[in-house]
Amino acid sequence: MEEHIVIIGNGISGVTTARHIRKMSNKKITIVSAETDYFFSRTALMYVYMGHMKFEHTQPYENWFWEKNNIELKKGYVEEIDVKSKTLHFAKGDTLPYDKLVIATGSKPNKFGWPGQDLNGVMGMYHKQDLENLEKYAPNNQTCKRAVIVGGGLIGIELAEMLNSRNIPVTFLVRESSFWNGVLPDGESEMINRHIRNHHIDLRLETNLKEIVSNDQGKVKSVIIQETGEEIICDVVGLTAGVTPNIDFVKNSEIETGRGVKVNRYLETNIPNVYAIGDCAEQINPIGQRRPIEAVWYTGRMMGETVAQTICNNRIEYKPGHWFNSAKFMDIEYQTYGWVHGDKGKPEYELQFHWKHKNDTICITVAYHKGTNQFLGINTFGIRMRHETFDRWLTEERDVDYIMNHLAEANFDPEFYRHYEDEILKTFNKQLQTA
Amino acid sequence: MNNKINHSLSIAKPDSVAISTKQKIALITGVIGLFILALALLNVNFPNQGFFLTLALGLISIGTIVYSRDAYLTKLEGIKNDGVWFKSISSRGIWGWLVGIILTTFYIILYFFPKYLGLGTNGGENTGLIALFDPLSKLLSGRPASQWFVYGTLYTVAILVFGYKFILKYRHNRYQQIRTISVMFFQLGFAFLIPEFMYVMNNDLPYYDLKSIWPLNYYIFDEWSVKGFLSNGNIGLALILFGVLSIFVITPILTYKFGKRWYCSWVCGCGGLAETAGDPFRQLSSKKLSAWKLERWLIHTVLVFSVVMTTGMIYTYLGYDKNNFWLTRDLFIGLVITFLTIIFLGVMIFKRQELGKDAKYGAIGFFVVIALLLVMHLTGSTDQIFYIKSSALRSAYGLYIGSIFSGVIGTGFYPILGSRAWCRFGCPMAAILGFQQRLFSKFRITTNGGQCISCGNCSNSCEMGIDVRAYAQKGENIVRSSCVGCGICSAVCPRGVLKLENDHMKGRINPTEILLGNDVDLMDLVNRK
Repeated sequence: MEEHIVIIGNGISGVTTARHIRKMSNKKITIVSAETDYFFSRTALMYVYMGHMKFEHTQPYENWFWEKNNIELKKGYVEEIDVKSKTLHFAKGDTLPYDKLVIATGSKPNKFGWPGQDLNGVMGMYHKQDLENLEKYAPNNQTCKRAVIVGGGLIGIELAEMLNSRNIPVTFLVRESSFWNGVLPDGESEMINRHIRNHHIDLRLETNLKEIVSNDQGKVKSVIIQETGEEIICDVVGLTAGVTPNIDFVKNSEIETGRGVKVNRYLETNIPNVYAIGDCAEQINPIGQRRPIEAVWYTGRMMGETVAQTICNNRIEYKPGHWFNSAKFMDIEYQTYGWVHGDKGKPEYELQFHWKHKNDTICITVAYHKGTNQFLGINTFGIRMRHETFDRWLTEERDVDYIMNHLAEANFDPEFYRHYEDEILKTFNKQLQTA
Repeated sequence: MNNKINHSLSIAKPDSVAISTKQKIALITGVIGLFILALALLNVNFPNQGFFLTLALGLISIGTIVYSRDAYLTKLEGIKNDGVWFKSISSRGIWGWLVGIILTTFYIILYFFPKYLGLGTNGGENTGLIALFDPLSKLLSGRPASQWFVYGTLYTVAILVFGYKFILKYRHNRYQQIRTISVMFFQLGFAFLIPEFMYVMNNDLPYYDLKSIWPLNYYIFDEWSVKGFLSNGNIGLALILFGVLSIFVITPILTYKFGKRWYCSWVCGCGGLAETAGDPFRQLSSKKLSAWKLERWLIHTVLVFSVVMTTGMIYTYLGYDKNNFWLTRDLFIGLVITFLTIIFLGVMIFKRQELGKDAKYGAIGFFVVIALLLVMHLTGSTDQIFYIKSSALRSAYGLYIGSIFSGVIGTGFYPILGSRAWCRFGCPMAAILGFQQRLFSKFRITTNGGQCISCGNCSNSCEMGIDVRAYAQKGENIVRSSCVGCGICSAVCPRGVLKLENDHMKGRINPTEILLGNDVDLMDLVNRK
């Protein structure tokens, strides 16, 4: 009898785990999800609302894939994990025994106890159900005359872009003094502020939500701003102030949790044969400069790749390589390789070189070490860079001059695009002379 | 309540797709232009045809131009796909089907009943729609219009005005702009104007669109065509030689360097229409694995048909005596078989492992062709091959492949099957180029390390139905026969994952299990296998 591996969560982490286990073994695999029947790309939900794609297009595998690869799918909401009898208890009363368990339940939107946060018309933008909710409360600009988004992160700006595509006026409340400047250096963050406003989005910086006001049917009527007391009439409120591990159902088990499910470097929890990966896993000791909880697509995938090895008797540590990430802010693509810090969290050894094109949609920031000149990382906006090249340069510990002189080698823009490397290098050399 | 939510998702018709007043006026302008053409079709005889033709084409063009400008220039540069799956016309809604039916009907009349377009029979004057185009045809070449002239003009206008629209839509993307200017140039110059001027210079020359290469141009080696060229001295000889060089020398070189895109999405007329007027329908192509399987059987069957048919056609007008003409039947059939065998052996020896399971099908295909050619040689007479008239074989090809597949289905079904149904399932030229692209070309779409988020924008926008995401999410480069290199997958990718490139052959195909960004030891361990 083959071992039964049960994976809770059919997102990128869980599905990657299942695929890799299947490649290496004949173990029985079951993926459990309460959200959807099949795996879909969460990051693509926005395109469904915008009409670029239909929901079925967000599913990376055709529906026959799972049966063909002998991966069982179970729809159900896990209410309790009994680690003694190795059994899952579902909300509908049924149970599922396991030999090894992988918790990959992802995140849920943060709610900070705002009055009115559970009213109709208030939603996050994370689950498929959030999309359905949005379709209900903001199908067009007659039903939804204005939407207010609370929280200036990656999901917030995506939600703004979504609503914008249906010509729904958006007020975007950002707590920070500039968009996402906890992560982005000021020059970049400010460029994105202007880009958001160019899309006719009412961006309010250093603005907090005080409360959400209900109409007499329990639906959103307006929001009140903390700082000014201003009331903004709206039909939809999007709560996009970050995410938290989606692990309420784990909390009354013996599995140790903090903000997420606590795991060691092997992605093992305190209970043998129970693992946690992806957004919901919390490293007991953070890895390098990474945060203990990494709610990123790529890290979820990498943890899946790794834990599959461990489950298939090749116990290995989760040792991610150089940090990378990407996003798209309305029309501006963003990529990052290595570490570039926002002005607030910047270590004292980190120096930055910033170049911005005069059209105000293209810029880069290169971070390097004050003492050794070692290249630390790069942020690019509106220029695509080659992951492989930067990964190699980071491994080779190149210095910043090398990077600046070889930038063209890493360019990944489509053919015939204008190149800016010469201009960037000139600016870099000029700054060094004056400095 | 839950049902209602799902309901609203499936039939979502957001008001955002409603168009502006200016766009409405532009639309009406264009429709009036089309209406003039429709009146002509119904045999309304316009007094001053030149004026009304100019008016009709002018209104259509102005309408499209104004509409496009208002649709794209009023917004910031970027990807403009909002509401594509909500609009009836681009999501197989009522308008989609209606346009499909109208286009299909037009193609059926064009190919099979040109007299209803007003083609003068037995030397009579043109009437109706074709008569409306007489002034333009007389201006260009001095002869009255034919149904093909009408079609060619409308085709060219469509590529030009929708090409303009496409350039505005992708005004942030120079690859798209330059590529579109290229297809507009080749359509206007090579397909439309140059053949007319060639006729003016020498009216015995057969119509020859220089960029239309055998086997897409399936009639170039027909007896009437070859005789037409050869009876016209050096210029004719040069043209027919160019036709031979095009497929046997120019095409392989360019495809090696740039992939099949140099032809399919930069030069070809069928591709030109698909990339411009067909752009709103690109997402309709099926990405299912089953569609891919069907594609491979269909397109290669058409290729076999076209090779055997062309060989047979040439065969029947060749003689047995080398004193009459050096190329005898024996020599010709020997040359064809030798050529095919060299290619077959070359691929089997050098590319066997790349073909995998497909090698078997390739071998079967090869031996079928050789067997067919030998049977043809043994049963052939002056006008018969396989005991049937060779002209019948040629007509069957012209009817089923040349007309019904490429025209009626290929273009008529744009709003149903997507804009590249012919290129994907039927075009024998695409099959040849694709075969080379897969095995012997520097072209690939590079995947950018581990940056893919499996969103599906690339697959959705692939007009050839390639599931681009299936490769990108594995960190694997895309090397597919069918890829025409339009570059839209790269354009719509929100994370900068895809880049069309010509680079070394080595390491072009690079399947990986563990993507870049993870533990380097793990990558080594798993990817080495």
